Amino acid sequence: MVSPGLDLELSFSQALQGFGFSPEVARLLWLPLPMLLVLVAAVVGVLVSVWLERKISAAVQQRIGPEYAGALGVLQPLADGLKLLVKEDIIPARADSLLFTLGPVLVVVPVIISWLIIPFGQNLLISNVGVGIFLWISFSSIQPIGLLMSGYASNNKYSLLGGLRAAAQSISYEIPLALAVLAIVMMSNSLSTVDIVGQQTGAGILSWNIWRQPVGFLIFWICALAECERLPFDLPEAEEELVAGYQTEYAGMKFALFYLAGYINLVLSAVLVSVLYLGGWGFPIPVEWLAGWLNQPIDAPVVQVITGTVGIVMTVLKAYLLVFVAILLRWTTPRVRIDQLLDLGWKFLLPLSLVNLLVTAALKLAFPVAFGG
Amino acid sequence: MFALPGYDAFLGFLLIAAAVPVLALVTNKLVAPKSRAGERQLTYESGMEPIGGAWIQFNIRYYMFALVFVIFDVETVFLYPWAVAFNRLGLLAFIEALIFIAILLVALAYAWRKGALEWS
Repeated sequence: MVSPGLDLELSFSQALQGFGFSPEVARLLWLPLPMLLVLVAAVVGVLVSVWLERKISAAVQQRIGPEYAGALGVLQPLADGLKLLVKEDIIPARADSLLFTLGPVLVVVPVIISWLIIPFGQNLLISNVGVGIFLWISFSSIQPIGLLMSGYASNNKYSLLGGLRAAAQSISYEIPLALAVLAIVMMSNSLSTVDIVGQQTGAGILSWNIWRQPVGFLIFWICALAECERLPFDLPEAEEELVAGYQTEYAGMKFALFYLAGYINLVLSAVLVSVLYLGGWGFPIPVEWLAGWLNQPIDAPVVQVITGTVGIVMTVLKAYLLVFVAILLRWTTPRVRIDQLLDLGWKFLLPLSLVNLLVTAALKLAFPVAFGG
Repeated sequence: MFALPGYDAFLGFLLIAAAVPVLALVTNKLVAPKSRAGERQLTYESGMEPIGGAWIQFNIRYYMFALVFVIFDVETVFLYPWAVAFNRLGLLAFIEALIFIAILLVALAYAWRKGALEWS
């Protein structure tokens, strides 16, 4: 049904075994390659989104935005990062210096590891672990601990309040998020991200989950924005009330780690929305049909390479469309109040996501073919 | 070595991910200037000298939310295996989950009624 697609690991392993290496050594040599590639891709993704954010915010406010560092200011985020790297690291005298350092580390590490399960093609991901999307949900719940830790360790009233708000916000939106994912899992009969995308191929754009889970899509998107602390929901760092929330005392590289984590999380959430609801690496018209019309066998090496490339481009394109929407939302919507935020999470999204789950289950019983068998 | 396939990559990526902040902080330590002069080590409090610390006892209003969160988080974890195996379980599993969720919805309604979900 679905073609196996490119398997770079297999080709790499076979090439090395041709040189006389054992399969275990070949596997060990292969392992770091996709990880480093994904890490570089994630960091470049952050630089691109920071640049987009600056340019789009400038356009929204009828300014020009960065324009001197490189053509159209594309090197501006890199310059900012370098500047933060050589800034003095200030730990307040009254802070708990161990927790103060551990906080940003705990925030950034889970966000990076979450890229483990992001698929760019049938075999183009670091590791297709069985629990896939569930692993991401558990990683995303480590982050509030880091936020709480840095808020508390700063020994600053603004930081403490910001850290508490961040933790409360994260836990309030985690449950609707997990329940929205649960409805997708039910339709895919699997937790693996590859299977979730595989279930959405077949009829191109018509088989994407967004048509079968419109409510789930909205719940997931709202919760993802709240988890990223993006503006309708950026209460933890509401600058008019809390200076910069839990980041108030941070300077230099530790501040940069928060910044990095925030943007990696944004790109990650956008990729996950495209994986869960927008067909992941799938092209709007199935490549099998296109190959059929062009009389090309789907297993031909050229077709495989083109399919793999199209898959990566489609994943990135869908993700950046969502990043664009998130940036526009940030610069055009006002912030909600803390009680409105908690009400939205607990009294609206939570019951709604439970109902969505049960409706999905009922529909799956009634129409097993349309909802994944 | 690994009982489940794919987790050697997880361990490797965990090490790489942990190396990112460590490398960044070490580089920062090596290249950044250090000065202990001035009042930069004071915590920020609107430009004045801070009055008292932040490590005090005060009413955390999110406490009730945290309690309700624990209940629903455990519920979600229980529902995951049900969702994955749903296509093999059929109608009976649906009714069972319906009862399970109904009990929790009653709990949510109770918490709501009791004011645990109110901000003030």
